[in-house]
Amino acid sequence: MAINWFKYSAPSTFYALAGKLAPWFAGLSAILFMIGLYMGLVAAPTDVQQGEAYRIIYIHVPTSILSMFIYLLMAGYAALGLIFNTRLSAMMAGALAPTGALFSLIALWTGAFWGRPEWGTYWVWDARLTSELILFFLYLGFIALHASIDDPRRADRAAALLAIVGSVNVPIIYFSVYWWNTLHQIPTFQVSGAKIDPTMEHALLVMMFACWFYAIAMTFWRVRSIILERERNTQWVRELPEARS
Amino acid sequence: MNALSLPELLVLVVRRDLVLAMRRRADVLTTLVFFVMVVSLFPLGVGKGELTLLHRIAPGVVWVAALLASMLSLGRMFSADYLDGTLEQILLAPQSLSVLVLGKIVAHWMVSGLPLVLMAPVLGLQFGLPADQLGVLMLALLLGTPVLSMIGAVGAALTLGLRGGGVLVSLLVLPLCIPVLVFGSGAVAQVAGGVTYAAHLELLCALLVAAAVSTPWVTAQALRISME
Repeated sequence: MAINWFKYSAPSTFYALAGKLAPWFAGLSAILFMIGLYMGLVAAPTDVQQGEAYRIIYIHVPTSILSMFIYLLMAGYAALGLIFNTRLSAMMAGALAPTGALFSLIALWTGAFWGRPEWGTYWVWDARLTSELILFFLYLGFIALHASIDDPRRADRAAALLAIVGSVNVPIIYFSVYWWNTLHQIPTFQVSGAKIDPTMEHALLVMMFACWFYAIAMTFWRVRSIILERERNTQWVRELPEARS
Repeated sequence: MNALSLPELLVLVVRRDLVLAMRRRADVLTTLVFFVMVVSLFPLGVGKGELTLLHRIAPGVVWVAALLASMLSLGRMFSADYLDGTLEQILLAPQSLSVLVLGKIVAHWMVSGLPLVLMAPVLGLQFGLPADQLGVLMLALLLGTPVLSMIGAVGAALTLGLRGGGVLVSLLVLPLCIPVLVFGSGAVAQVAGGVTYAAHLELLCALLVAAAVSTPWVTAQALRISME
Protein backbone atom coordinates (compact mmCIF):
# COMPACT_ATOMS: atom_id res chain seq x y z
CA MET A 1 0.00 0.00 0.00
CA ALA A 2 1.42 3.33 -0.99
CA ILE A 3 1.47 5.92 1.75
CA ASN A 4 0.76 9.50 0.78
CA TRP A 5 3.45 11.28 2.79
CA PHE A 6 2.14 14.68 1.83
CA LYS A 7 -1.45 14.08 2.91
CA TYR A 8 -1.15 16.35 5.95
CA SER A 9 0.75 19.08 4.15
CA ALA A 10 -2.56 20.34 2.77
CA PRO A 11 -4.28 22.85 5.05
CA SER A 12 -7.66 21.10 4.71
CA THR A 13 -6.42 17.74 6.02
CA PHE A 14 -4.07 19.23 8.58
CA TYR A 15 -6.91 21.37 9.94
CA ALA A 16 -8.82 18.22 10.92
CA LEU A 17 -5.72 16.45 12.24
CA ALA A 18 -4.66 19.42 14.37
CA GLY A 19 -8.18 19.66 15.74
CA LYS A 20 -8.10 16.02 16.80
CA LEU A 21 -4.60 16.12 18.31
CA ALA A 22 -4.63 19.48 20.08
CA PRO A 23 -6.93 18.51 23.01
CA TRP A 24 -4.82 15.41 23.69
CA PHE A 25 -1.61 17.44 23.83
CA ALA A 26 -3.30 20.06 25.98
CA GLY A 27 -4.64 17.44 28.42
CA LEU A 28 -1.31 15.64 28.58
CA SER A 29 0.46 18.93 29.15
CA ALA A 30 -1.90 19.84 32.02
CA ILE A 31 -1.33 16.47 33.72
CA LEU A 32 2.45 16.68 33.24
CA PHE A 33 2.50 20.25 34.56
CA MET A 34 0.76 19.06 37.74
CA ILE A 35 3.11 16.11 38.19
CA GLY A 36 6.20 18.15 37.31
CA LEU A 37 5.32 21.07 39.55
CA TYR A 38 4.60 18.70 42.44
CA MET A 39 7.90 16.92 41.90
CA GLY A 40 9.81 20.15 41.48
CA LEU A 41 8.24 22.29 44.18
CA VAL A 42 7.46 19.67 46.84
CA ALA A 43 9.22 16.36 46.30
CA ALA A 44 12.66 17.49 45.09
CA PRO A 45 15.21 18.18 47.81
CA THR A 46 16.39 21.68 48.64
CA ASP A 47 19.61 22.74 46.93
CA VAL A 48 22.63 22.93 49.22
CA GLN A 49 23.98 26.21 47.85
CA GLN A 50 20.94 27.97 46.50
CA GLY A 51 18.23 27.10 49.02
CA GLU A 52 14.60 27.04 47.96
CA ALA A 53 14.96 29.73 45.28
CA TYR A 54 16.57 27.26 42.91
CA ARG A 55 13.13 25.73 42.28
CA ILE A 56 12.50 28.45 39.69
CA ILE A 57 14.66 26.40 37.31
CA TYR A 58 11.77 23.97 36.83
CA ILE A 59 10.06 26.75 34.86
CA HIS A 60 13.15 28.63 33.72
CA VAL A 61 15.13 25.84 32.08
CA PRO A 62 12.32 24.27 29.98
CA THR A 63 11.01 27.63 28.79
CA SER A 64 14.45 28.93 27.82
CA ILE A 65 15.36 25.75 25.96
CA LEU A 66 12.03 25.83 24.16
CA SER A 67 12.28 29.53 23.33
CA MET A 68 15.45 28.74 21.37
CA PHE A 69 14.19 25.50 19.89
CA ILE A 70 10.88 27.00 18.78
CA TYR A 71 12.78 29.77 17.04
CA LEU A 72 14.78 27.23 15.05
CA LEU A 73 11.59 25.30 14.29
CA MET A 74 9.91 28.52 13.19
CA ALA A 75 12.87 29.46 10.99
CA GLY A 76 12.85 25.91 9.59
CA TYR A 77 9.18 26.10 8.68
CA ALA A 78 9.72 29.58 7.29
CA ALA A 79 12.56 28.29 5.11
CA LEU A 80 10.40 25.40 3.88
CA GLY A 81 7.68 27.86 2.98
CA LEU A 82 10.14 30.13 1.22
CA ILE A 83 11.86 27.37 -0.75
CA PHE A 84 9.01 25.00 -1.62
CA ASN A 85 6.23 27.58 -1.48
CA THR A 86 4.09 25.32 0.71
CA ARG A 87 1.17 27.16 2.25
CA LEU A 88 1.02 25.26 5.50
CA SER A 89 4.71 25.81 6.41
CA ALA A 90 4.30 29.57 6.50
CA MET A 91 1.13 29.20 8.57
CA MET A 92 2.98 26.93 11.03
CA ALA A 93 5.81 29.47 11.32
CA GLY A 94 3.26 32.18 12.08
CA ALA A 95 1.52 29.95 14.63
CA LEU A 96 4.76 29.13 16.46
CA ALA A 97 5.91 32.73 16.88
CA PRO A 98 3.60 33.89 19.72
CA THR A 99 4.31 30.76 21.80
CA GLY A 100 8.04 31.23 21.30
CA ALA A 101 7.80 34.89 22.27
CA LEU A 102 5.84 33.91 25.39
CA PHE A 103 8.45 31.32 26.37
CA SER A 104 11.35 33.71 25.91
CA LEU A 105 9.53 36.32 28.00
CA ILE A 106 8.89 33.74 30.76
CA ALA A 107 12.53 32.65 30.60
CA LEU A 108 13.71 36.25 31.03
CA TRP A 109 11.16 36.90 33.76
CA THR A 110 11.88 33.82 35.84
CA GLY A 111 15.59 34.36 35.29
CA ALA A 112 15.24 37.83 36.80
CA PHE A 113 13.40 36.44 39.83
CA TRP A 114 16.04 33.77 40.24
CA GLY A 115 18.83 36.30 39.84
CA ARG A 116 17.54 38.51 42.65
CA PRO A 117 18.23 36.07 45.53
CA GLU A 118 21.18 34.27 43.87
CA TRP A 119 23.13 37.04 42.15
CA GLY A 120 21.68 39.92 44.14
CA THR A 121 20.32 41.62 41.06
CA TYR A 122 17.35 41.24 38.73
CA TRP A 123 19.30 41.92 35.61
CA VAL A 124 22.91 41.92 34.48
CA TRP A 125 24.16 42.64 30.96
CA ASP A 126 25.55 39.17 30.72
CA ALA A 127 26.01 37.61 27.28
CA ARG A 128 23.30 35.00 27.69
CA LEU A 129 20.73 37.38 29.13
CA THR A 130 21.38 39.90 26.40
CA SER A 131 21.17 37.35 23.61
CA GLU A 132 17.93 35.91 25.05
CA LEU A 133 16.55 39.45 25.11
CA ILE A 134 17.54 39.83 21.45
CA LEU A 135 15.69 36.58 20.74
CA PHE A 136 12.58 38.06 22.32
CA PHE A 137 12.96 41.17 20.12
CA LEU A 138 13.41 38.96 17.06
CA TYR A 139 10.13 37.17 17.80
CA LEU A 140 8.42 40.56 18.17
CA GLY A 141 9.99 41.75 14.90
CA PHE A 142 8.76 38.62 13.11
CA ILE A 143 5.21 39.12 14.43
CA ALA A 144 5.25 42.87 13.72
CA LEU A 145 6.57 42.48 10.17
CA HIS A 146 4.00 39.79 9.42
CA ALA A 147 1.21 41.91 10.84
CA SER A 148 2.10 45.06 8.92
CA ILE A 149 2.07 43.53 5.43
CA ASP A 150 -1.45 43.23 4.03
CA ASP A 151 -0.75 40.72 1.29
CA PRO A 152 -0.44 37.39 3.17
CA ARG A 153 1.91 35.84 0.62
CA ARG A 154 4.35 38.72 0.78
CA ALA A 155 3.99 38.78 4.57
CA ASP A 156 4.88 35.09 4.78
CA ARG A 157 7.93 35.43 2.58
CA ALA A 158 9.26 38.65 4.12
CA ALA A 159 8.81 37.32 7.66
CA ALA A 160 10.42 34.04 6.63
CA LEU A 161 13.53 35.83 5.42
CA LEU A 162 13.71 37.77 8.69
CA ALA A 163 13.34 34.56 10.72
CA ILE A 164 16.18 32.91 8.79
CA VAL A 165 18.47 35.93 9.21
CA GLY A 166 17.64 36.07 12.93
CA SER A 167 18.45 32.41 13.48
CA VAL A 168 22.17 33.31 13.67
CA ASN A 169 21.33 34.47 17.18
CA VAL A 170 20.30 31.04 18.51
CA PRO A 171 23.77 29.42 18.54
CA ILE A 172 25.10 32.61 20.12
CA ILE A 173 22.63 32.21 23.02
CA TYR A 174 23.40 28.55 23.37
CA PHE A 175 27.18 28.88 23.39
CA SER A 176 27.33 32.26 25.14
CA VAL A 177 28.00 30.67 28.51
CA TYR A 178 30.98 28.79 27.10
CA TRP A 179 32.36 31.60 24.93
CA TRP A 180 32.17 34.38 27.47
CA ASN A 181 33.15 33.94 31.06
CA THR A 182 30.12 35.61 32.59
CA LEU A 183 27.66 35.31 35.43
CA HIS A 184 25.20 32.84 33.94
CA GLN A 185 26.32 29.30 34.80
CA ILE A 186 26.73 26.47 32.31
CA PRO A 187 23.87 23.92 32.12
CA THR A 188 23.20 21.97 35.29
CA PHE A 189 21.16 19.46 33.35
CA GLN A 190 23.18 17.19 31.12
CA VAL A 191 21.88 13.96 29.72
CA SER A 192 25.06 11.96 30.25
CA GLY A 193 26.62 13.16 33.47
CA ALA A 194 24.04 12.76 36.25
CA LYS A 195 25.50 15.16 38.76
CA ILE A 196 22.18 16.23 40.23
CA ASP A 197 19.64 14.43 42.37
CA PRO A 198 17.47 12.02 40.31
CA THR A 199 14.23 13.63 41.56
CA MET A 200 15.41 17.01 40.29
CA GLU A 201 16.38 15.50 36.98
CA HIS A 202 13.05 13.72 36.57
CA ALA A 203 11.08 16.81 37.59
CA LEU A 204 12.97 18.84 34.97
CA LEU A 205 12.30 16.20 32.32
CA VAL A 206 8.59 16.11 33.15
CA MET A 207 8.38 19.90 33.03
CA MET A 208 10.25 19.85 29.73
CA PHE A 209 7.64 17.54 28.20
CA ALA A 210 4.81 19.54 29.76
CA CYS A 211 6.10 22.71 28.07
CA TRP A 212 6.59 20.85 24.81
CA PHE A 213 3.03 19.55 24.77
CA TYR A 214 1.68 22.96 25.75
CA ALA A 215 3.56 24.51 22.81
CA ILE A 216 2.28 21.84 20.42
CA ALA A 217 -1.33 22.19 21.58
CA MET A 218 -1.27 25.98 21.37
CA THR A 219 0.40 25.92 17.95
CA PHE A 220 -2.20 23.49 16.61
CA TRP A 221 -5.08 25.60 17.88
CA ARG A 222 -3.50 28.75 16.52
CA VAL A 223 -2.71 27.23 13.15
CA ARG A 224 -6.36 26.11 12.89
CA SER A 225 -7.44 29.73 13.27
CA ILE A 226 -4.87 30.86 10.73
CA ILE A 227 -5.99 28.18 8.25
CA LEU A 228 -9.63 29.24 8.65
CA GLU A 229 -8.73 32.88 8.13
CA ARG A 230 -6.58 32.28 5.06
CA GLU A 231 -8.81 29.69 3.42
CA ARG A 232 -12.10 31.38 4.22
CA ASN A 233 -13.01 31.65 0.54
CA THR A 234 -12.58 27.96 -0.22
CA GLN A 235 -15.26 25.36 -0.58
CA TRP A 236 -14.01 23.03 2.15
CA VAL A 237 -14.07 25.75 4.79
CA ARG A 238 -17.63 26.67 3.86
CA GLU A 239 -18.66 23.05 4.28
CA LEU A 240 -17.21 22.80 7.79
CA PRO A 241 -19.92 22.41 10.45
CA GLU A 242 -18.31 25.13 12.62
CA ALA A 243 -18.22 27.57 9.69
CA ARG A 244 -21.85 27.01 8.73
CA SER A 245 -23.38 27.75 12.11
CA MET B 1 25.10 47.10 -25.11
CA ASN B 2 28.60 46.43 -23.98
CA ALA B 3 28.93 44.17 -20.96
CA LEU B 4 30.12 45.77 -17.75
CA SER B 5 32.43 43.93 -15.43
CA LEU B 6 31.21 43.65 -11.84
CA PRO B 7 33.60 46.28 -10.39
CA GLU B 8 32.58 48.71 -13.13
CA LEU B 9 28.94 48.02 -12.34
CA LEU B 10 29.58 48.64 -8.65
CA VAL B 11 31.28 51.96 -9.37
CA LEU B 12 28.42 52.94 -11.67
CA VAL B 13 25.75 52.31 -9.02
CA VAL B 14 27.75 54.02 -6.29
CA ARG B 15 28.36 57.06 -8.48
CA ARG B 16 24.70 57.29 -9.46
CA ASP B 17 23.50 57.17 -5.85
CA LEU B 18 26.12 59.68 -4.74
CA VAL B 19 25.06 62.10 -7.48
CA LEU B 20 21.43 61.71 -6.44
CA ALA B 21 22.36 62.28 -2.80
CA MET B 22 24.34 65.40 -3.67
CA ARG B 23 21.32 66.78 -5.50
CA ARG B 24 19.40 66.54 -2.25
CA ARG B 25 22.01 67.66 0.22
CA ALA B 26 19.45 68.60 2.87
CA ASP B 27 18.59 64.92 3.47
CA VAL B 28 22.22 64.07 4.12
CA LEU B 29 22.73 67.03 6.39
CA THR B 30 19.62 66.26 8.46
CA THR B 31 21.07 62.89 9.46
CA LEU B 32 24.36 64.49 10.42
CA VAL B 33 22.70 67.28 12.39
CA PHE B 34 20.54 64.69 14.16
CA PHE B 35 23.66 62.77 15.14
CA VAL B 36 25.41 65.86 16.47
CA MET B 37 22.34 67.02 18.37
CA VAL B 38 21.63 63.68 20.06
CA VAL B 39 25.23 63.39 21.21
CA SER B 40 25.29 66.99 22.42
CA LEU B 41 22.10 66.49 24.42
CA PHE B 42 23.71 63.92 26.71
CA PRO B 43 26.16 66.25 28.52
CA LEU B 44 23.27 68.66 29.06
CA GLY B 45 21.02 65.89 30.36
CA VAL B 46 23.60 64.22 32.54
CA GLY B 47 25.02 67.44 33.95
CA LYS B 48 27.93 69.37 32.52
CA GLY B 49 30.06 69.02 35.66
CA GLU B 50 30.08 65.21 35.68
CA LEU B 51 33.28 64.90 33.63
CA THR B 52 34.29 61.43 34.80
CA LEU B 53 30.81 60.09 34.08
CA LEU B 54 30.82 61.74 30.65
CA HIS B 55 34.21 60.16 29.90
CA ARG B 56 32.83 56.75 30.66
CA ILE B 57 29.59 57.01 28.71
CA ALA B 58 31.04 58.85 25.69
CA PRO B 59 31.74 55.79 23.47
CA GLY B 60 28.31 54.34 24.17
CA VAL B 61 26.56 57.64 23.50
CA VAL B 62 28.37 58.19 20.20
CA TRP B 63 27.63 54.62 19.11
CA VAL B 64 23.95 54.72 20.03
CA ALA B 65 23.58 58.07 18.26
CA ALA B 66 25.32 56.65 15.17
CA LEU B 67 22.95 53.67 15.27
CA LEU B 68 19.88 55.90 15.50
CA ALA B 69 21.17 58.23 12.78
CA SER B 70 21.74 55.32 10.42
CA MET B 71 18.19 54.04 11.18
CA LEU B 72 16.89 57.47 10.27
CA SER B 73 18.42 57.39 6.82
CA LEU B 74 17.52 53.77 6.02
CA GLY B 75 14.12 54.73 4.64
CA ARG B 76 15.84 56.57 1.80
CA MET B 77 17.96 53.66 0.66
CA PHE B 78 15.36 52.12 -1.67
CA SER B 79 12.19 54.18 -1.32
CA ALA B 80 12.95 56.87 -3.93
CA ASP B 81 13.89 54.23 -6.51
CA TYR B 82 10.81 52.24 -5.54
CA LEU B 83 8.47 55.18 -6.00
CA ASP B 84 9.74 56.30 -9.41
CA GLY B 85 10.00 52.76 -10.79
CA THR B 86 13.80 52.63 -11.04
CA LEU B 87 13.92 49.71 -8.64
CA GLU B 88 11.81 47.61 -10.99
CA GLN B 89 14.29 48.29 -13.78
CA ILE B 90 17.16 47.38 -11.46
CA LEU B 91 15.47 44.07 -10.64
CA LEU B 92 14.98 43.36 -14.34
CA ALA B 93 18.61 44.13 -15.18
CA PRO B 94 20.63 41.13 -16.38
CA GLN B 95 23.48 41.98 -14.01
CA SER B 96 23.79 40.45 -10.56
CA LEU B 97 21.27 42.06 -8.24
CA SER B 98 23.52 41.41 -5.23
CA VAL B 99 26.26 43.58 -6.75
CA LEU B 100 23.77 46.33 -7.56
CA VAL B 101 22.50 46.17 -3.97
CA LEU B 102 26.07 46.23 -2.65
CA GLY B 103 26.62 49.40 -4.67
CA LYS B 104 23.58 51.00 -3.08
CA ILE B 105 24.78 49.95 0.38
CA VAL B 106 28.23 51.41 -0.23
CA ALA B 107 26.70 54.67 -1.45
CA HIS B 108 24.39 54.79 1.58
CA TRP B 109 27.35 54.31 3.88
CA MET B 110 29.39 57.01 2.14
CA VAL B 111 26.49 59.42 2.52
CA SER B 112 25.27 58.60 6.01
CA GLY B 113 28.00 56.55 7.70
CA LEU B 114 31.25 58.18 6.64
CA PRO B 115 30.23 61.70 7.80
CA LEU B 116 29.48 60.25 11.23
CA VAL B 117 32.95 58.71 11.38
CA LEU B 118 34.50 62.05 10.47
CA MET B 119 32.38 63.96 12.96
CA ALA B 120 32.98 61.55 15.84
CA PRO B 121 36.33 63.01 17.04
CA VAL B 122 34.79 66.47 17.33
CA LEU B 123 31.96 65.06 19.41
CA GLY B 124 34.42 63.02 21.44
CA LEU B 125 36.16 66.27 22.35
CA GLN B 126 32.87 67.53 23.76
CA PHE B 127 33.07 64.62 26.17
CA GLY B 128 36.72 65.27 26.87
CA LEU B 129 38.02 62.01 25.43
CA PRO B 130 41.83 61.79 25.16
CA ALA B 131 43.47 61.41 21.75
CA ASP B 132 44.16 57.66 21.92
CA GLN B 133 40.50 56.93 22.65
CA LEU B 134 39.39 59.25 19.87
CA GLY B 135 41.51 57.32 17.40
CA VAL B 136 40.07 53.97 18.45
CA LEU B 137 36.55 55.41 18.43
CA MET B 138 37.06 56.52 14.85
CA LEU B 139 38.56 53.21 13.84
CA ALA B 140 35.72 51.28 15.47
CA LEU B 141 33.12 53.48 13.78
CA LEU B 142 34.92 53.07 10.47
CA LEU B 143 34.60 49.29 10.79
CA GLY B 144 31.16 49.28 12.39
CA THR B 145 29.07 51.78 10.45
CA PRO B 146 29.28 49.79 7.16
CA VAL B 147 27.84 46.81 9.06
CA LEU B 148 24.97 49.03 10.24
CA SER B 149 24.28 50.04 6.63
CA MET B 150 24.43 46.42 5.49
CA ILE B 151 22.09 45.03 8.16
CA GLY B 152 19.89 48.07 7.70
CA ALA B 153 19.61 47.35 3.97
CA VAL B 154 17.93 44.01 4.75
CA GLY B 155 15.40 45.75 6.98
CA ALA B 156 14.83 48.55 4.46
CA ALA B 157 14.22 46.03 1.68
CA LEU B 158 11.81 43.97 3.80
CA THR B 159 9.73 46.98 4.83
CA LEU B 160 9.72 48.64 1.40
CA GLY B 161 6.50 50.54 0.79
CA LEU B 162 4.82 49.54 4.05
CA ARG B 163 2.72 51.69 6.33
CA GLY B 164 4.79 52.86 9.28
CA GLY B 165 7.89 51.36 7.72
CA GLY B 166 10.19 53.71 9.60
CA VAL B 167 9.30 52.40 13.05
CA LEU B 168 9.10 48.82 11.85
CA VAL B 169 12.55 48.90 10.30
CA SER B 170 14.03 49.95 13.64
CA LEU B 171 12.26 47.08 15.38
CA LEU B 172 13.70 44.61 12.87
CA VAL B 173 17.20 46.00 12.53
CA LEU B 174 18.15 47.26 16.00
CA PRO B 175 18.29 43.80 17.67
CA LEU B 176 20.61 42.55 14.92
CA CYS B 177 22.86 45.61 15.36
CA ILE B 178 23.48 44.99 19.05
CA PRO B 179 26.73 43.00 18.52
CA VAL B 180 28.20 45.90 16.52
CA LEU B 181 27.27 48.29 19.30
CA VAL B 182 28.73 46.04 22.01
CA PHE B 183 32.08 45.50 20.32
CA GLY B 184 32.30 49.03 18.95
CA SER B 185 31.86 50.83 22.23
CA GLY B 186 33.70 48.01 24.00
CA ALA B 187 36.87 48.75 22.03
CA VAL B 188 36.98 52.34 23.30
CA ALA B 189 36.24 51.21 26.85
CA GLN B 190 39.19 48.78 26.57
CA VAL B 191 41.54 51.66 25.72
CA ALA B 192 40.16 53.67 28.62
CA GLY B 193 40.80 50.70 30.90
CA GLY B 194 44.37 50.46 29.61
CA VAL B 195 43.85 46.99 28.09
CA THR B 196 44.44 45.91 24.51
CA TYR B 197 41.54 46.66 22.20
CA ALA B 198 42.66 44.47 19.29
CA ALA B 199 40.17 41.68 20.07
CA HIS B 200 37.17 44.00 19.82
CA LEU B 201 38.35 45.49 16.54
CA GLU B 202 39.05 42.03 15.16
CA LEU B 203 35.51 40.95 16.05
CA LEU B 204 34.21 44.07 14.30
CA CYS B 205 36.26 43.12 11.24
CA ALA B 206 34.76 39.63 11.39
CA LEU B 207 31.25 41.10 11.56
CA LEU B 208 32.07 43.36 8.62
CA VAL B 209 33.32 40.47 6.49
CA ALA B 210 30.36 38.24 7.42
CA ALA B 211 27.88 41.03 6.69
CA ALA B 212 29.57 41.99 3.42
CA VAL B 213 29.35 38.42 2.19
CA SER B 214 25.80 37.65 3.23
CA THR B 215 23.68 40.79 3.41
CA PRO B 216 23.77 41.92 -0.27
CA TRP B 217 22.35 38.55 -1.28
CA VAL B 218 19.73 38.54 1.50
CA THR B 219 18.77 42.12 0.61
CA ALA B 220 18.41 41.12 -3.02
CA GLN B 221 16.05 38.29 -2.03
CA ALA B 222 14.11 40.67 0.22
CA LEU B 223 13.75 43.14 -2.66
CA ARG B 224 12.42 40.41 -4.92
CA ILE B 225 9.86 39.45 -2.26
CA SER B 226 8.84 43.06 -1.76
CA MET B 227 8.52 43.83 -5.46
CA GLU B 228 6.70 40.78 -6.78
